Amino acid sequence: MINLDKFRDPVVAAKLVKRIEGLCDGPYSFMEVCGSHTMAISQFGIRGLIPRSIKLLSGPGCPVCVTSLYDIDRMIALAGLKDVIFTTFGDMIRVPGSHSSLREAKSQGADVRILYSPLDALQIAAENPGKQVVFAGVGFETTSPTIIATVLEAKEKGLENFSVYPAFKTVPHALKAILESGRTKIDGFLCPGHVSAIIGSAPYQFIPAEYQIPCVIAGFEPLDILESIVMLLEQLRSHKKEGLAFSVQTEYRRGVPDAGNPNALAMLDKVTEPCTAEWRAIGSIPETGLCFREKYVSFDAAKRFEVDVPPAIEPQGCICGQVMMGLHQPDECPMFGKKCTPESPVGPCMVSSEGACAAWYKYGTEN
Amino acid sequence: MGVSDKILLAHGSGGRLSHELIETVFKTRFSNALLNQGDDAAECKLQTANCKIAFTTDSYVVKPLFFPGGDIGRLAVCGTVNDLAMKGAKALYLSAGFIIEEGFSLETLEKVADSMAAAAKEAGVFIVTGDTKVVDKGACDGLFINTSGVGVIPQGIEISGSLAVPGDVVIISGTIGDHGAAVINARNNFGLSGNLLSDAAPLGNLVSAILKTGRVNVLRDPTRGGLATTLNEIALQSKVTINIEEDKIPVKPEVKGACEMLGLDPLYVANEGKLIAIVPREDSEKILKAMRQDQLGKDAAIIGKVEAGKPQVLLTTFLGSKRPLMMLEGESLPRIC
Repeated sequence: MINLDKFRDPVVAAKLVKRIEGLCDGPYSFMEVCGSHTMAISQFGIRGLIPRSIKLLSGPGCPVCVTSLYDIDRMIALAGLKDVIFTTFGDMIRVPGSHSSLREAKSQGADVRILYSPLDALQIAAENPGKQVVFAGVGFETTSPTIIATVLEAKEKGLENFSVYPAFKTVPHALKAILESGRTKIDGFLCPGHVSAIIGSAPYQFIPAEYQIPCVIAGFEPLDILESIVMLLEQLRSHKKEGLAFSVQTEYRRGVPDAGNPNALAMLDKVTEPCTAEWRAIGSIPETGLCFREKYVSFDAAKRFEVDVPPAIEPQGCICGQVMMGLHQPDECPMFGKKCTPESPVGPCMVSSEGACAAWYKYGTEN
Repeated sequence: MGVSDKILLAHGSGGRLSHELIETVFKTRFSNALLNQGDDAAECKLQTANCKIAFTTDSYVVKPLFFPGGDIGRLAVCGTVNDLAMKGAKALYLSAGFIIEEGFSLETLEKVADSMAAAAKEAGVFIVTGDTKVVDKGACDGLFINTSGVGVIPQGIEISGSLAVPGDVVIISGTIGDHGAAVINARNNFGLSGNLLSDAAPLGNLVSAILKTGRVNVLRDPTRGGLATTLNEIALQSKVTINIEEDKIPVKPEVKGACEMLGLDPLYVANEGKLIAIVPREDSEKILKAMRQDQLGKDAAIIGKVEAGKPQVLLTTFLGSKRPLMMLEGESLPRIC
């Protein structure tokens, strides 16, 4: 097991900060696209270490934050069905839907269970043949392979009382949508390390090629993040001084092979296909969802069960969507820290453990 | 979406919701000077005996009942003994109330009772009264235990969460997160190998050693909600800023590793055999030395200091950046990615 302490060495960090100060020749906005980066940057106080002229914007990389209200309302309704055991990763249960949350539903008697692994859901299904076990299929490419692997195992074992509510999202086309909107000034991307461990570096190539923006696939320790900022600044300097083209670089070499994880990608491709997905507070983005192929549609909980949900009601005044597009910082929202706190969240960015607003609230707005 | 009108699991996690529940439902109704002290045990003057007794209660609902390093019985004794010790009291007598689910194994109950007897002997206390109730299957989850305890506070000892003053030094008695990491590993059958052991232990002797050595303003054991939440409680009670240095906080590598994998932060994970001591600066080095001579304080470390300022806890990260260290919000939940 890698000793993570060496990626937290304060002496090396200080040297990287000095290098950043030396390279930084103007205001830059870098977008980090992963909820874990959002949290790590705040937790380690990275913003307080680097020059103020470098803005680190949060992107829509929090899978909980971007799950549509419609999907959340439907999952809550599913959880409330008799004989349904609704299983999920932990951070979904606090997210507010239009009227309730999975946590509320649980407190009112719904059988909602928090799992560390989707495979545990199969065990529950095997032990409860008279019940239907549904797993919340929320996650990016980091997570969807494990959930899809569970579907394949369920098929192999003949577990017919197991299904997945598909709310999977994929990253690259979401970045394209942000760039196409032209609303956010982005000088560089810190690309998500663990998503990239699955998809590799090729899916980001369009960013430097079509939009002339440098990309660095970053790890999650403080030295990873600081080194990645160095690499972005070096690309910007080389481009300015020598006209060198931008590229996708991998800082997180210990976690990300160039080709990603072909087995995981093959498995995703076997069971699912890309489709349009609804991103909460952002809108529909084509090619960013994963829907079950015909052969596996019997595992699609959204099709297996009929639930009636009233029209989704977005909370008034919540600017989560704009925060996730990098258009506003969390503390620019008038409700931040007042009406909207982690214990009484208005929008998903505050309640998710990876949301930008939650990070700023927990770790301070300076960081 | 506002505050729920139902009790949520998060109300029991020791974080902000727990505090709000206690304040708004119980303290407002039961309000009196002793309760309003807000410490781990109430300090009761007995006029006739001209002494102060400490009186406390706690309930234990841990799952699983048995885990590496301890069990519900050991917790039930040590937890209450420690709450008394946090007022500087010598723990004397405990009560033990049991709520048992119909169908519970007698053999298991006996094992729990054996453990409580052993812990009581280790702590030098007597369990002098108790109660047992059996409820229908499904009406409680196996076994719940409540223990209450009384102890005597020696003359001249004034210890409270409200007594930290600027200039004081913050000491932790050892590694943090041990208990919570061990229990979560056991509860979910993660099978993480390594030395994940609960630290449940009676702290009476360690506290005696501290009190013999120097002055102490605050003692608190960082149980549910962890070190971060407990420091926030003290900062609020004493109306001070507490500055903590991350690289001074002792954490076992296996606990760090387990927490990394599970998406937990050791600063928020429960401890059952550790204490925070906030002491005047001039007494801090000798108190630290005395603590390190006790088995339960061998990893004691100075982790920060108290300053004038608004009630908050600030953490200087190992990188040198400073950020707020908040109270636990909700529960610690396993993350998606």
